[in-house]
Amino acid sequence: MLYREAGDYSTSYPEDSQTFPIKFDRYRYYVILAVAFLVIPFFINDYWANAVLVPFLIYSIAAIGLNILTGYCGQVSLGTGGFMAVGAYACYKLMTSFPEISIMIHILLAGGVTAAVVTLFGLPSLRIKGFYLAVSTLAAQFFLVWMFNKVPWFYNYSMTGMIGSPERTVLGIVVTGPATDAWAKYMICLIFVTLCAVLARNMTRGSVGRKWMAIRDMDIAAEIIGVNPLMAKLSAFAVSGFFIGIAGALFFSVYLGAIEVTEAFGIEKSFLVLFMVIIGGLGSIFGSFAGAAFMVLLPVLLKNLLVGGLNWPTDLAQHLYFIIAGGLIIIFLILEPHGLAQLWRVAKEKLRLWPFPH
Amino acid sequence: MPDQVLFAAEVMLNGLMAGVLYSLVALGFVLIFKASGIFNYAQGVMALFAALTLVGIMDGQVPFSHLINAIFGTNIHHFGWHTPALLAIILTIMVMVLFAWLVQRFIFRHLVNQEPIILFMATIGLAYFLEGVGDLMWGSDIKKLDVGIPKGMNETIESITHGAFGYGFFIDNLDIFATFVAIILVAILVCFSQYTKQGRALRAVADDHQAALSVGISLSYIWILVWSIAGFVALVAGTIWGAKSGVQFSLSLIALKALPVLMLGGFTSIPGAIIGGLIIGVGEKLFEFLVGPWIGGATENWFAYVLALLFLVFRPQGLFGEKIIERV
Repeated sequence: MLYREAGDYSTSYPEDSQTFPIKFDRYRYYVILAVAFLVIPFFINDYWANAVLVPFLIYSIAAIGLNILTGYCGQVSLGTGGFMAVGAYACYKLMTSFPEISIMIHILLAGGVTAAVVTLFGLPSLRIKGFYLAVSTLAAQFFLVWMFNKVPWFYNYSMTGMIGSPERTVLGIVVTGPATDAWAKYMICLIFVTLCAVLARNMTRGSVGRKWMAIRDMDIAAEIIGVNPLMAKLSAFAVSGFFIGIAGALFFSVYLGAIEVTEAFGIEKSFLVLFMVIIGGLGSIFGSFAGAAFMVLLPVLLKNLLVGGLNWPTDLAQHLYFIIAGGLIIIFLILEPHGLAQLWRVAKEKLRLWPFPH
Repeated sequence: MPDQVLFAAEVMLNGLMAGVLYSLVALGFVLIFKASGIFNYAQGVMALFAALTLVGIMDGQVPFSHLINAIFGTNIHHFGWHTPALLAIILTIMVMVLFAWLVQRFIFRHLVNQEPIILFMATIGLAYFLEGVGDLMWGSDIKKLDVGIPKGMNETIESITHGAFGYGFFIDNLDIFATFVAIILVAILVCFSQYTKQGRALRAVADDHQAALSVGISLSYIWILVWSIAGFVALVAGTIWGAKSGVQFSLSLIALKALPVLMLGGFTSIPGAIIGGLIIGVGEKLFEFLVGPWIGGATENWFAYVLALLFLVFRPQGLFGEKIIERV
């Protein structure tokens, strides 16, 4: 009723295999894009940008990155925080070394640098699997954070050991540094999110994505049908690293502006992004967005409700957040291992049939 | 002997002692992994939770006092009594058994037959949950744990080594105590699994779930049992770590170090856990002592992981693990 596909015929293969084969979905997607690009920038204020929208967009990119590695290729990584740090520091070094080049290129290059580093740490995945690999990515997490803390070259020998992003402009608009407007922050993140999501979606439904999924489902069988596990696994690590690096670069340069590595990119960050992926749905691009939205909104809501509404102390809200986040992970794994994305699919299915389910 | 060698020897001894503590946490991992194939990430938080509970009971803290105060506007924190250490330990063990039952009943019963990686992620969720509960129940401030474990420098060793080498080794009494506790604990565990009915059932389950079921062993009973034992091991580890450096959140991070220990020793081997722990303990202390000053120090954060990573590339099953055979 509400959600119909009657009269929706596809007459060619490209039409049939497009991302949104149902007309209603396609229009919904255009409406969301239009609202995101044309409406929100005019109404956004500092609170909404800094507390909700910008972190949501940045974490979405990180979640897409991890989802490609964990959800599509089946390689669990606990090093996301460290890899985001690589993106942030690469962006910082590029910004300070080549100030005349556009920040957009720096962010993309930071993604490239991260892709290289992540591929390096992905090399053991050819020998080890499952949680052995998960634990070995912890090595990357702790080693990278330590390195950015201890090697002064990375933070340009500053006294505090922190890195701060200098002011940079795109088309005359300030996008980094303390003088940035809320809408500019939002727009630059939105542009990268859109690019990344489209890229990720098209990769995962093409031959690369199929190879990743074959490796995930059963690597030996995949090898027998002709998937090269070396290329498949390493390309998943590289692509995932590219996205995570962009997320890290944006997180540092646009969102926070100044960071201290252990605080900003600690092991908690790795788990946060992993939780987003699990709650949102393993192996789904939409799920990455849903999970990121959920994990960004949950603490904001709890804080507003408990601290703002009931006047409870902040640490109490923090503990409750831990309980709820942990509990939700377990509940999701038990009830709906495919996460919010699956709930959405079920809801769509129900809506298609809605008044007459038989 | 030259000073440097003496220093190195002392560092090594201290590393051995630290390794014993890593081994203690790793033991809990191995027990659960062998019996149920679950890689229990929450083991470290279990140690933290057990230690928090022990302190809370000993000090007569009111559980969930922060929450109660926030809801009802009261201001209660303590019952006003102090429980003797032994009684508190027994009560904490009971709490851990209850926890084992709850985990089994409400989580892993519903996740039977799932892939190991799903189970692993469920334990990450459990770790967060338990951490939140622990903080909510007992408060998140750093607590002092004192159950009468001797502390401070061991003077006998100091005077003997001083007499022998002209330089006294600094060994903490607590570490020596921990070593003895670990030896006793392993002895008890070995005896339990070799000579009791439950222990045999445990080994049977570890060998083959289906065969164990078919001879009449109740899987859920064994799993509760093994989680309880892991809870007990967590309590021992938490108590010793807590006595050493206070009961605080970093305890669960230290427990993360048990992961590389396991990767070195092999996930399925109890002696592997012990030896892996000792190698990591000595390795990271020596590395920090010899190489640390050249590259900025604080290498203990990552050395264990990188060592395990490099090691795994050459021997994926660990030192003592069973050979991994894959079939299509």
